Amino acid sequence: MASSTRVTFPNKLLPYLLLAPQLAITIIFFYWPASQAIQQSVLREDPFGLATQFVGLGNFKRVLNDPNYLNSLQVTVVFSVATALIAMALALLLAVMADKVVRGKGIYRTLLIWPYAVAPAIAGMLWLFLFNPSMGTLAYLIRSTGYNWDPLLDSGQAMVLVVAAAAWKQISYNFLFFVAGLQSIPKSLIEAAAIDGAGENKRFWTIIFPLLAPTTFFLLVVNTVYAFFDTFGIIHAVTGGGPGKATETLVYKVYNDGFVNLILGDSAAQSVILMVIVIALTAIQFRYVERKVHYG
Amino acid sequence: MIENNPIGRFIAHFILILGIVIVAFPIYYTFVASTQTLQEVMRPPLSLLPGAHFWENYKAALFGGVGRIGGVGVGRLLFNTLVMALGIAIGKIVISILSAYAIVFFRFPGRMVFFWLIFITLMLPVEVRILPTYKIMVDLGLIDTYTGLILPLMASATATLLFRQFFMTIPGELVEAARVDGAGPWRFFKDILLPLSKTNIAALFVILFIYGWTQYLWPLLMTNRNDMATIVIGLRKMISFADADTEWHLVMVTSILAIVPPILVVVLMQRWFVRGLVETEK
Repeated sequence: MASSTRVTFPNKLLPYLLLAPQLAITIIFFYWPASQAIQQSVLREDPFGLATQFVGLGNFKRVLNDPNYLNSLQVTVVFSVATALIAMALALLLAVMADKVVRGKGIYRTLLIWPYAVAPAIAGMLWLFLFNPSMGTLAYLIRSTGYNWDPLLDSGQAMVLVVAAAAWKQISYNFLFFVAGLQSIPKSLIEAAAIDGAGENKRFWTIIFPLLAPTTFFLLVVNTVYAFFDTFGIIHAVTGGGPGKATETLVYKVYNDGFVNLILGDSAAQSVILMVIVIALTAIQFRYVERKVHYG
Repeated sequence: MIENNPIGRFIAHFILILGIVIVAFPIYYTFVASTQTLQEVMRPPLSLLPGAHFWENYKAALFGGVGRIGGVGVGRLLFNTLVMALGIAIGKIVISILSAYAIVFFRFPGRMVFFWLIFITLMLPVEVRILPTYKIMVDLGLIDTYTGLILPLMASATATLLFRQFFMTIPGELVEAARVDGAGPWRFFKDILLPLSKTNIAALFVILFIYGWTQYLWPLLMTNRNDMATIVIGLRKMISFADADTEWHLVMVTSILAIVPPILVVVLMQRWFVRGLVETEK
């Protein structure tokens, strides 16, 4: 980063012109609305929108004491943990297997990466086609065993369905990063352990898995961000937060309170809370990257 | 290989094939459904082989117009999505490369302030400023316009950071040599920097194209008119379990049409895709 010694051009006006387009968009569409959200979060409008009143942290207090909000917080945590764990475990298994095979590596990779290109909302709809009780073939097979499968009515089953769709879409991303992580582990280490008589299982848990820790940790953060924010489409397209409020995640609730129920103060307070969560997650991610640069 | 273990390798192949089946099955199933008549789709279990109505269904969806979304054809939705994805990808690359160029190759008051202003947008995704951003779009009259779909998503800290990182690895001697030879900033940018950035641009393009194509929340807010919807939003509007008149076979066709273009981009540009993925996540 020795930027002070860089050779540069002497122009005075040009750099501002070069920066202008990005800054204009950033200020109009990022900073201006974000500051509005913060401002809105300490105000309360009367039901007719005639008068607004400063309420300090009142909106936050109400939101954080609202059982519906706490419910959606819990839903988000369950949903995110389940999605991240399943997507990462399956991807790790597949990556370890892909590392083992000699022939066909490229073909396997090509065939495993394409769900990345599927929009989350569409991933949700594909799973819904398979598992909805009125026409889904897999739902038909489940029901023919006598099990009462109906994710549109049963809240636990609805959660299973959205987690499956969200995890399915994320496997390819995790797979690529685990493959890269496995390739960076020195083969000599594994050979040495094999000579010492460590079996395959033991080698995996005592050498490979610990050495993958940076990759795993990085993916954990990325998957959490994905489950928190990018899965809005899945929830909106598949369950609409239902049945009841069983799959109402935080982002879905912000949208629902702001656009459907039109509770502006609460929606803004929720936005600000989400902002804090993003800042925390980004900070963790960047701390990790810094360490990787130093030690890796 | 540590020990020659044919059984282990066989198991590995088996698990990988199982993985591919899990990954591919929902897409394959949808494709099969897209080649059947409405009656066949509605009567599970579906056959595992494609039916005989491929051309009929695809022609009906692409050119005939789908009833539930006001008779708009899927061709129109695909066009909207393509415009949005290309607009976002190209727009982001252009404004990011320009601002990274300014930050790395010029010295001017406020340089670091601007850098941080761009950097912090990483922490402000649409989801956390959704209502006020929507209001601004309404005030600017950008609802149901391509500008409204594209412009706000064009600012990107990630792309700027990526270009900045790459530019900082370019040796100062190169800049010096260019200046000695009398090249101004524009010439240097056009004749040296752009050709050097080609791989980075390609990698970023793949990632951003997919990003634009798969957007959901933003087009959901920005479009009211059916003929301005993206294909993902249009698809969502077509589906209703409550109404009996959902044309499921056309829904399946639309799903396939919505996922094939980005999948082709990923598979055909795999090298740049993997590179872009790894590099933008730093």
